[in-house]
Amino acid sequence: MNERRAAWLFTAPALLVIGLFFFVPVLAALVLSLTDFDLYALADLHNLRFVGLGNYIDVLRAPLFWKSLANTFYFVGVGVPLSIAASLGAALLLDSRLARCKGVFRTALFAPVVTTVVAVAVIWRYLLHTRYGLINYLLAKIGIAPIDWLGDPHWSMPAIILFAVWKNFGYNMVILLAALQTVPAELREAARIDGANALQQFRHVTLPLLRPALLLVAIITVAGYFQLFAEPYVMTRGDPLQSTVSVLYYMYEEGFKWWSLGRATAIAFLLFALILVVTRVLVRIGKRGGYA
Amino acid sequence: MNRRWQVFAVNGALVGLAVVALFPLLWMFSVSFMQHGEASTYPPPLLPSKPTLANYHELFERAGMGRYLLNSTIVATFTTLLSLALNLAAGYAFAKLRFAGRERVFQSLLGALLIPAQVGMIPLFLLMKWLGLVNSYGGVVVPALASVFGIYLVRQYARSIPDDLIEAARIDGAGEVRIFAAIVLPLLKPIVVTLAIFTFLASWNDFMWPLIVLSDQAWQTAPVALAGLSREHVQDNELMMAGSVVTLVPVLALFFVLQRHYIEGLLLGSVKG
Repeated sequence: MNERRAAWLFTAPALLVIGLFFFVPVLAALVLSLTDFDLYALADLHNLRFVGLGNYIDVLRAPLFWKSLANTFYFVGVGVPLSIAASLGAALLLDSRLARCKGVFRTALFAPVVTTVVAVAVIWRYLLHTRYGLINYLLAKIGIAPIDWLGDPHWSMPAIILFAVWKNFGYNMVILLAALQTVPAELREAARIDGANALQQFRHVTLPLLRPALLLVAIITVAGYFQLFAEPYVMTRGDPLQSTVSVLYYMYEEGFKWWSLGRATAIAFLLFALILVVTRVLVRIGKRGGYA
Repeated sequence: MNRRWQVFAVNGALVGLAVVALFPLLWMFSVSFMQHGEASTYPPPLLPSKPTLANYHELFERAGMGRYLLNSTIVATFTTLLSLALNLAAGYAFAKLRFAGRERVFQSLLGALLIPAQVGMIPLFLLMKWLGLVNSYGGVVVPALASVFGIYLVRQYARSIPDDLIEAARIDGAGEVRIFAAIVLPLLKPIVVTLAIFTFLASWNDFMWPLIVLSDQAWQTAPVALAGLSREHVQDNELMMAGSVVTLVPVLALFFVLQRHYIEGLLLGSVKG
């Protein structure tokens, strides 16, 4: 068997799976989003009608879509900067020459990343309980009245953001820590000898060298946070007052609660377009700095 | 003196962060051994007054958690073993074998990473329904039999294998399959471990797709079943914590044993190729 035949044999199974179960569904989604595929079409395909951009127009007219979009932007807009700040802070601490037992700390801080979202969301729902939750207990100790975290529409999204930061900061921490370790110690040492204090060393030496890693981390996190779903599914069911309905949660309900599969697919495409635009803008901003 | 204070501040902050990261998990263990209703008291108890296994009994005997854990184990094990075989072969071919269109095909695979899985999810559901795989292990395992991320990871690693080694084996008359199995695979061992733990954890933790394709309780994985239980038993904190414990223990144990491989894979996968 020659090299070319072998290559075909080695790649064909994987390409077949990815083609059949990823690329074909994505292309089919484009068609499906232009039809009124619903429970009747599921029973008999003759009931299927082509509706053009009808689904997209319907979705863009639905108040709940705009609500879910606003909720998702809230989650991304607040959650991503907070997550990256937490990751960067933890990475700087772990990178410090003064830190002891670095391996142990790295493992401990990373542990929430590998946990099952559903299982830890269940724990957090209890931690955030208005009457018996530990978080309100600690707040009471410093004189703050109990907060109805998951029952008050003003607090439900902050609660989910808090949970997401806890669950995810370790991931970016590891990437940023690896980037920090490539910053030559001599550079910082030179800045120190020139009289720069710790903050100045960070701002003028470390941060510029960290820019490519920060851009990468920002893109990964933004794309991931736009796909918010399991957290509201377990912790709030999208409530109170639909304050935690994310775009994907809305898509799931349209698709698998009401079986409007055509419309749900249109929602998925709108989310995809949104993620593409936002990550493009991030890359643009990153490139303008000239480092990435 | 100043330096000692700095050492104290840095390590103190790290201890604080570690407590925040681990406390919810430790408390979960503690609450899972509490008497029914004990967790719903104020102030929240840290340790069970009279430790009991009642919650675990109820979880396995009444809520059928054993079945869900078995489902998760079967799904994650088969996904890991089968996708390893497909991704290793493809990743090696994209790294080392010359064939027409290699770069073009690989680039379009990478393009797929930009598309969120949810875009194709509904047609995929219809396809699974048509294939009769809804409410079966196959419904979860089959679409995960190969992954772009896995192929990418293997390709990155396999590129470091010297061409001379493969060429020498060819001159000695070894066939391509033999070269792959006898020479390449042993060299890929570190990435095999990394990819295996990555795939297993991702499969075990996956939620949205199993939720959609496994609506019948008999086939549900542990996270899907736990989400269902948690929506029913909102008040029963002790039972729910026991459910979280049995769902999390396998992934946490695997991570603590193989964490070095996991973090290496994460770094290898996130570096721009």
